[in-house]
Amino acid sequence: MSDIDEGLRGELQRQGIWVTSMQELYNWGRKNSIWPLQFGLACCAIEMIATAASRYDIARFGGEVFRPSPRQADLMIVAGTVTKKMAPQIVRLYNQMPDPKYVISMGACAISGGPFKQGYNVLKGIDRYIPVDVYIPGCPPRPEALLHAFMELQRKIDEQKLSGSNKAEHLRPDQPSEFPVPAFGAHDLEPAANADLFRPPEIQR
Amino acid sequence: MTPNPYFFIVIFIGVALIFPVIPLGLAWLWRRFFQPPKPGAEKNATYECGVESLGDAQIQFRSQYYLYAIIFLIFDVEAIFLVPFAVAFTGLPVGAFIAILVFLLLLLEGLVWAWGKGCLTWAR
Repeated sequence: MSDIDEGLRGELQRQGIWVTSMQELYNWGRKNSIWPLQFGLACCAIEMIATAASRYDIARFGGEVFRPSPRQADLMIVAGTVTKKMAPQIVRLYNQMPDPKYVISMGACAISGGPFKQGYNVLKGIDRYIPVDVYIPGCPPRPEALLHAFMELQRKIDEQKLSGSNKAEHLRPDQPSEFPVPAFGAHDLEPAANADLFRPPEIQR
Repeated sequence: MTPNPYFFIVIFIGVALIFPVIPLGLAWLWRRFFQPPKPGAEKNATYECGVESLGDAQIQFRSQYYLYAIIFLIFDVEAIFLVPFAVAFTGLPVGAFIAILVFLLLLLEGLVWAWGKGCLTWAR
């Protein structure tokens, strides 16, 4: 499945012949029908609802059908503060989504705990347990920001490879599809982070 | 020569078979050559809004709920029958009128019975 020469493709297009590859067709179909999981946590969810409603209209990008079941969803928008009580449920919902699946971490809380970072009950970022594709800063981010994140995700899907050594994760048999669900410990969630997934940068002082 | 009048049913069955079989076949080929299946205990578990499911789904309801069933019949099912009855009231033959009256009386008897039993008073 070699890439088509852009010049040749342009030449053919002028003659009315459209050339595509299986990978392009696959990614084109996938990126234009991303169905999010209908699932909100806090005030960011209000912005997510606004994005889905008529004024901002995420349907223009193929994300109109918010699915009430993870079995039918492609995208999880973690919209809001993730409390430690809620984190296992989120990981379990993520696990129950079929591949390929994507995560948008929406707002300061879902990224890092945000203004509640010092709180004893707030998870300091959902990327401690599940892989996040796009992060949106903001408190809460405006619907335009969510749309931008959605377009970034589409760009990311468009670049995924169908074959070769660096093909997309859901096509590789060695990549996991589900991640361990944290348990409620005596003082904190156990484990506090998925060590295979969460590698924060070392702070050099 | 005219085709058999039921021939369209054969076409219908054919389309109804081909329509789901093609996407299923494509999905099977896709799984076979590109996307390896990744089942898992968590992934295949019953969806319970993210919570682990507890117990069995095949449970028995308490028989005391029969009161709700009776009152549901009286107030809800009766209303569904009463609306078309009221619409067609002036044009009804005597037989149909008596039939619906018997039906109403049966339900009225149920209402009187439920009232007498004290089901309509708030439990304190």
